[in-house]
Amino acid sequence: MPPRRTVAALAAIGLPGLAEAAGALSPNGPVAEAQLGILLTALGLMAIVVLPVWLLAAVFVLRYRSTAGQTYRPEEDFDLKVDLVIWAVPALIVIAIGTIVWTRTHQLDPYAQIAPGDSLRIEAVALDWKWLFIYPDLGIATVNELALPAGTNAEIALTSDTVINSLIVPGLAGQIMAMAGMRTELNVVADAPALMWGRNTQYSGEGFADQEFRVPVTTPEDFAAWAETARRERPLDRAAYCNLATEGATSEPRRYSAPEGGLFKAIMMQYMDQDRGRLCSDD
Amino acid sequence: MLGRLSWDASPFYGVIPAIAASVVVLAAIGTIVLLTVMRRWRWLWSEWLTSLDHKKIGIMYVVLAAIMLARAFIEAGLMRTQQALGAGAGDVGPVGAEHFAQLFSTHGTIMIFFVLMPFMTGLINFAMPLQIGARDMTFPWMNSIALMLTIGGAGLVMASLVIGKFSTGGWTGYPNFTGAEVNPGVGPDYWIWALTLGGAGSTLTGINIVATIWKERTTGLDHLMWMPLFCWTSLCTALLMIFAFPALTVATVMLWLDRTFGFHFFTQGDGGNMMQYVNLFWMWGHPEVYILILPAFGVYSEVIGTFSSKKLFGYTSLVWATMAIAVLSFTVWLHHFFTMGASANVNAIFGIATMVIAVPTGVKVYDWLLTMRHGRLRFDVPMLYAVGFIVTFVVGGVTGVLMAIPPFDYVVHNSTFLVAHFHNMVIPGSLFGMMAGATFWFPKAFGFRLDETWGRRGFWFWIVGFYLAFMPLYVLGLFGMSRRMATYLHPEWQPWLIAAWAGAGLVGCGLICQAIMLYVSIRDRERLRDITGDAWDGRTLEWLAPSPPPEWNFGARPVVTGRDEFGERKLNDEAYPVPDRTAYRDIEIPANAATAPLIGIFAFLLAFAAIWWMWWLVWISAGAIFLLVLWRSMRFDLHRQVSAETLYQADMAHRRTILAHANGDIGSGAPMRHARGTEGYLAKERREREGQA
Amino acid sequence: MTDTTTDSQGVRPHAGIPLEHPDAETAHATERAVFGFWIFLMSDLVVFALLLATYAVLLKGNSSAPGPAEVIELAYAFPETLLLLTSTLTLTFATVALREDRARGVYGWTFLSLALGAGFLALEGAEFAGLINKGHVPQVNGFLSGYWLAIGTHGLHVAIGVVWGLILIAQFWIYGFCPAIRSRLVRFSLYWHMLDVVWIAIFTVIYLPGSLVS
Repeated sequence: MPPRRTVAALAAIGLPGLAEAAGALSPNGPVAEAQLGILLTALGLMAIVVLPVWLLAAVFVLRYRSTAGQTYRPEEDFDLKVDLVIWAVPALIVIAIGTIVWTRTHQLDPYAQIAPGDSLRIEAVALDWKWLFIYPDLGIATVNELALPAGTNAEIALTSDTVINSLIVPGLAGQIMAMAGMRTELNVVADAPALMWGRNTQYSGEGFADQEFRVPVTTPEDFAAWAETARRERPLDRAAYCNLATEGATSEPRRYSAPEGGLFKAIMMQYMDQDRGRLCSDD
Repeated sequence: MLGRLSWDASPFYGVIPAIAASVVVLAAIGTIVLLTVMRRWRWLWSEWLTSLDHKKIGIMYVVLAAIMLARAFIEAGLMRTQQALGAGAGDVGPVGAEHFAQLFSTHGTIMIFFVLMPFMTGLINFAMPLQIGARDMTFPWMNSIALMLTIGGAGLVMASLVIGKFSTGGWTGYPNFTGAEVNPGVGPDYWIWALTLGGAGSTLTGINIVATIWKERTTGLDHLMWMPLFCWTSLCTALLMIFAFPALTVATVMLWLDRTFGFHFFTQGDGGNMMQYVNLFWMWGHPEVYILILPAFGVYSEVIGTFSSKKLFGYTSLVWATMAIAVLSFTVWLHHFFTMGASANVNAIFGIATMVIAVPTGVKVYDWLLTMRHGRLRFDVPMLYAVGFIVTFVVGGVTGVLMAIPPFDYVVHNSTFLVAHFHNMVIPGSLFGMMAGATFWFPKAFGFRLDETWGRRGFWFWIVGFYLAFMPLYVLGLFGMSRRMATYLHPEWQPWLIAAWAGAGLVGCGLICQAIMLYVSIRDRERLRDITGDAWDGRTLEWLAPSPPPEWNFGARPVVTGRDEFGERKLNDEAYPVPDRTAYRDIEIPANAATAPLIGIFAFLLAFAAIWWMWWLVWISAGAIFLLVLWRSMRFDLHRQVSAETLYQADMAHRRTILAHANGDIGSGAPMRHARGTEGYLAKERREREGQA
Repeated sequence: MTDTTTDSQGVRPHAGIPLEHPDAETAHATERAVFGFWIFLMSDLVVFALLLATYAVLLKGNSSAPGPAEVIELAYAFPETLLLLTSTLTLTFATVALREDRARGVYGWTFLSLALGAGFLALEGAEFAGLINKGHVPQVNGFLSGYWLAIGTHGLHVAIGVVWGLILIAQFWIYGFCPAIRSRLVRFSLYWHMLDVVWIAIFTVIYLPGSLVS
């Protein structure tokens, strides 16, 4: 059964929240789909070891309780065949799952492009307590809104201008950490238009709980139209960035036009290059 | 003079902190008044605090763990309540965002460093020397210092409730969040010094345990494979402590230098590298998981063997599996940060290495099950915990393997799935084991058993509460709920969090049952008296000694001729032979030492002063510690003599008690209701008496 | 005759323990203490390994002056090495003298070792003073933090060793050559030799590559 349908079956039982906010359980992209598949495959393999544990525990507890009068062999303490089996079976299962680990870790490497064709480049900067997304090719930037065109590979570069953050979009991809002075990367593809959400998962202070952003996935046409509206907003120059970086939590999405060239790199380099001053303190 | 300590450090910034501080202060005052009124100060000082007896030190560790468990549970309850009510944006719910962060930081820090660590150290301290037929640990004075350092660390966490605030950086304390730039207050410093004192104590304890197992085994135990399994797991845990704790010490000291003196180990920029902290922390942190769990595995092995009335199945496999786990635990630390952006090769290798640990762990689970097969199972409280552990722990094992698959870890890292996973490991894996061990060895320590009825109630509340509290968190983690969130924008999560809250309530009922159990047991101690010293039909040497054992443990150290020595002796009707006067010698036992608690007090002051930048007090405390050690090094009368006659008479008295019990002259017989071997022994005694008549 | 352990009868003192005709109990007590101290030293070695590893990481990430080229010079490290290595040799003579019960030898060689250690500390102090004068303090960058902590921790160990050694000499003077203090000299010598080993590691990881780039 494909992963999505398994989950749908569970939702039908009526477990609360499964239908509305299923996150990793309702994938909207090849990465999340594969991650869900890994979950179900690994669970199935491990059932080979785990189900017997439960079964044997129940049977032995009932059968060998002191009042039951069953066979009693107090000297029985070793059996080579049994010993071999209990070492070999877990070992084989670990080999099986280990194979999955090796292939899938490479396939689903966050640095690897997922869908063919030109990637949409996005630069994400973690701030207190919000995310800035710069679309360098489109000449726009957003706060708390990661708009994605369906079916297009988005290559998200991450860094932080504050403490360690970690970016996830449940049901789509992630997570990967964003750290000051470093660049990490996450590739994302969304299958179908939907309004999703993402957030920072690494505790970062008082505004952490509300540090969520919307992820509208639209058709490429709608996405182009959306980008056009963003281009009419005020520009993200150095001063606007510094205001943004220091003002604390903002929950509403915001859009900017014309982000300063090389802003992402400048944010990163202020921590990488020790001879360079801080971006916002020198003016 | 007071450094950065001022009136701002008072706890009146919120209602809950003010109440918490009052409770701590009132409890302290109450204890002082109670001790004064009951004239117990001298007793406390000379019978307990200055004692170097490994059994008393072990008991004090467990008392510390119990007190700290109460606090950590209250914090867990507050967090569960906050999350159950926290649907919405901003400041919904009773606990504010910053206070919530203090709660999860103290809860984690306390549970790991000041509940599980002292609990397992206490059990090892108490039981291991008895099991190897030793008179004490190799270094009794160092043992006491380690205890006092641990108490000092716990004291710092308690002090932070009243003076200043604790860290908000979680129990892992990642910089740069805990750096001076983001968190200039004393919180992270409290955390750093609590860990440093606790960690120093643990390193000393590790050295002591290894030396004891290596150098103090009784005659016959040069066959290492005859040692009880608990001794093996103690040995492996101690080795992990010795080699892992330096990493924590290095990490916290560097963080402290960054924060206090402006160094740049983990700072943002200026050539600091915060990933190096994460590496160092988990180089300690992953072995630490096994430091907590291996001793519990040892307890389960003893308990399952004893209450199945059977030899342990696959002893050799269990020993090798323990050692394999200990070695492998150093090779997997990177799985705590798969999401940090390492290459696919690195992630995959560490993922597979992590799974390899599942193999020896699986072997252990099956060996325990096969020990139960063909046994005569008795479901006393320790056995309930053991079976509950087997059934529950595998769930944590499964989710652990899941999280070891890097692409799946990307989904659930930092989520409540992770929270559920590690609680699923340490509650059934470690805490249940500690509770089983405490119930198992309680009669040995105090001479009477714990009340069964309340013990069972406690167990059922704990295990049902555990499932209800943590299974919903697995689900929420898959939904995308991050850990450490005081509030959330997804109202559909709330039913699951209310369920988890109810689970925490059940666990609270379990704790209350255990408190009642303690009260009832002390009240009914005559009914529960363990007259023979063998409360559970035990199989290892500790059950040979009277309950509670004398300071010297064994009048004449027993000679071991095989595994399950005491069980075999009972089967062969050789358990209680007439003592042979010529086997007794004069012995020396360590005299009490006031230096150890004094060093503990000055270590606390040193740390407190370092937190608040009262440098004069730092130097005074360091000087005092130096002088105390120097003073001790010039004392050579550190032992008390006990004559061979005293030892002999004590053993004779114990034997007379057992004979009287066998004749039905004393006791209700209840404590020996399971004693298979004793029946044979009783029959033999009767034959002898009839023969004489 | 006391008996804290039944197996002490069969114990012979370890070849490396300089005890003259010990009784079984003394031999056992010394051996336990020395064994425990070995474990402590292993734990301490892990500390130094991690300090050096952290130094290497911070060195690699360093992108600004001052770097190793400005900071590291062999002018101090070379004589420091000579002093420390010699002191380890002289301390070995002290333990040999202890085995042969030559009091003057024990005092003389131990004191000489401590003097060499103090000389090492003086040179290291001068090196650090020079760094401070040039403004190369640990607060400047990660590389200097790692450099100061690794070398400073070793220096602190040597300083503790010198104090410990002086106390030992005083205790020998006051209490005579009793087994307890003999056992302490054995452990002290282990500690001192370990500091030598650590210094060689520091020299190899910090000074040698550092001097090559300058």
